[in-house]
Amino acid sequence: MRKTAWSPGFWACFFGCGLILAIAIPAFNLLVPPNSPAALPDYLVPLLGKYLCYALLALSLDLIWGYAGILSLGQGAFFALGGYCVGMYLMRQIGARGVYGNPLLPDFMVFLNWQQLPWFWWGFDHFAWAAAMVVLVPGLLALVFGWLAFRSRVTGVYLSIITQAMTYALMLAFFRNDMGFGGNNGMTDYKDLLGWDVHQPSTRLGLYLASVVALGLGYLLCRFITASKLGRVLLALRDAESRVRFLGYSVTNAKLFVFTISAILAGIAGALYVPQVGIINPSEFSPGNSIEVAIWVSVGGRGTLSGAVVGAILVNAAKTWLTGAAPETWLFVLGALFVLTTLVFPHGMVGLLRRARWIRPRAPAPVPAGEQA
Amino acid sequence: MKAPVTTDALLYLNGVTVSFDGFKALDELSLIVEEGELRTIIGPNGAGKTTMMDVVTGKTRPDAGEALFRGFADLTRLDEPEIANLGIGRKFQRPTVFENLTVFENLELSLADSRATWATLFARLTPDHHDRIAATLARIGLTALSDLPAGALSHGQKQWLEIGMLLIHDRTLLLLDEPVAGMTDSETEETAELILDLAKDRTIVVVEHDMAFVRSLGARVTVLHEGSVLAEGSIDHVQNHPRVIEVYLGR
Ligand SMILES: Nc1ncnc2c1ncn2[C@@H]1O[C@H](COP(=O)(O)OP(=O)(O)OP(=O)(O)O)[C@@H](O)[C@H]1O
Ligand SMILES: [Mg+2]
Repeated sequence: MRKTAWSPGFWACFFGCGLILAIAIPAFNLLVPPNSPAALPDYLVPLLGKYLCYALLALSLDLIWGYAGILSLGQGAFFALGGYCVGMYLMRQIGARGVYGNPLLPDFMVFLNWQQLPWFWWGFDHFAWAAAMVVLVPGLLALVFGWLAFRSRVTGVYLSIITQAMTYALMLAFFRNDMGFGGNNGMTDYKDLLGWDVHQPSTRLGLYLASVVALGLGYLLCRFITASKLGRVLLALRDAESRVRFLGYSVTNAKLFVFTISAILAGIAGALYVPQVGIINPSEFSPGNSIEVAIWVSVGGRGTLSGAVVGAILVNAAKTWLTGAAPETWLFVLGALFVLTTLVFPHGMVGLLRRARWIRPRAPAPVPAGEQA
Repeated sequence: MKAPVTTDALLYLNGVTVSFDGFKALDELSLIVEEGELRTIIGPNGAGKTTMMDVVTGKTRPDAGEALFRGFADLTRLDEPEIANLGIGRKFQRPTVFENLTVFENLELSLADSRATWATLFARLTPDHHDRIAATLARIGLTALSDLPAGALSHGQKQWLEIGMLLIHDRTLLLLDEPVAGMTDSETEETAELILDLAKDRTIVVVEHDMAFVRSLGARVTVLHEGSVLAEGSIDHVQNHPRVIEVYLGR
């Protein structure tokens, strides 16, 4: 019998993790008295929320890298664009409460002596508009960029390089003040989101829960895609792209589809990230950020989906801890992790776990004698 | 302006030239394959046999010449998926199966079903699909290995799987590039039987070096040499052709 991706065992794991993230963690925050050692202090909630956004970002990369062999090193750009869309909404919500008290223009525009709101800021005072842009802006960029790249059959290292170039170019553009996105400083000092004060612990818990839901739905979507026949087309083209064409499948369309979905997921991750960290600036576009995402995925286990989530959370938790304890060592540790997983554990932590515990025996069944063709 | 060609042939190549850095891999090659025909193509290494298949399947664009399928589809303008969806299937010289997918999944991807990305996202295996996969597995003798990753198969088994991938789709024209390379004698015999069986209801072009195998197919033979046709006819005709003996068989 062929195994299904939606077995009861899978749902048990999925809802088990969901229960821990969505019920247990808020309970430790809300119900346990703050002075107890088991309590989860308020300041940790947005930190955990941030990890979940990174996990969704890693998931978006694993979908295209692990399954279709597209190593995008520009995933951070889609994340940042989603973040900027929400940042613009949050800036408009400040209204006349800014330093200059201008009801229409964000502070940085007043500072630049701008008289009116640029056209691309129109509509961002509405949450629905901003939410639509979170999906549309990264999605459209991926659609156009991907169409150009995949149609001309740019693959492998060349694709990685041009995605790096894309995020680098965006970073330089967003650094410019006259782009109208706050230049160097980006956007910060947010006040409220849908009427809730972004600094309130309850709002932060709400954002954390929204991140849990987004990650859960993103995971299910990725699993649906990779478990479908399209998922097998992707695996096939990852290993023998031209052969897939001779079977009649459009490699360009298949890649374009997952690349766009992946960019949208990254954009949503960025959109949830910005209100939780309270700032968006052009450094989110920096090429190094996108490379780090690839490291999270390979540490967790490429092509497993769950590995991307685990890798992103653990590597970032380690980063938080180490940048506090011994900040100068972090880059070395990150590099060492990457080398180690590439050389010694090619299937990452999830691969290691599967091998050790036989969660899913991968060894081929012995061939019955006399059955060969 | 030349008058448009009219042809009843299933595959019509006329004056096809392909050059790589000035070297002509195909030199005004003309070849006509009729519907329902089984055709074998032989020729020395580098004669352009594989390149001819590359042109027909859209992998290589010719520098000059015409390539028509069913007299109307211009193969020099379509890309690989479009040509595949016209009903032209191909087996490569080096067996290429999807090593990380199981034997079953390799066949699943080859089923005659919609190739649109959106359709594959929601595709479900129907009982009919299951039957067809099971029948194909039985025919290529890989039933017991259906859940094995294709990468774990032996060379001969991969060749068979690749033939199975063509078989399951009911394509109109099959191009088989050296289908028995690396097979044992008994496997070669079985493959010949399979091809003869397949040839009953489709058009097949087979490239092979193995003369015993070519003889066992008993089909019309085309000899390629330096990118164009040197001789064509029955196996006995070409085996006694002095130029063929000189450049190919006699060596
Ligand atoms: N992509 C390419 N670039 C340069 N030269 C090529 C290319 N493909 C084929 N050739 C050359 O074209 C010629 C014809 O090659 P082709 O593969 O068609 O020969 P063949 O008849 O299939 O030979 P064999 O029996 O060895 O498979 C050879 O000399 C080969 O080196
Ligand atoms: Mg060849």
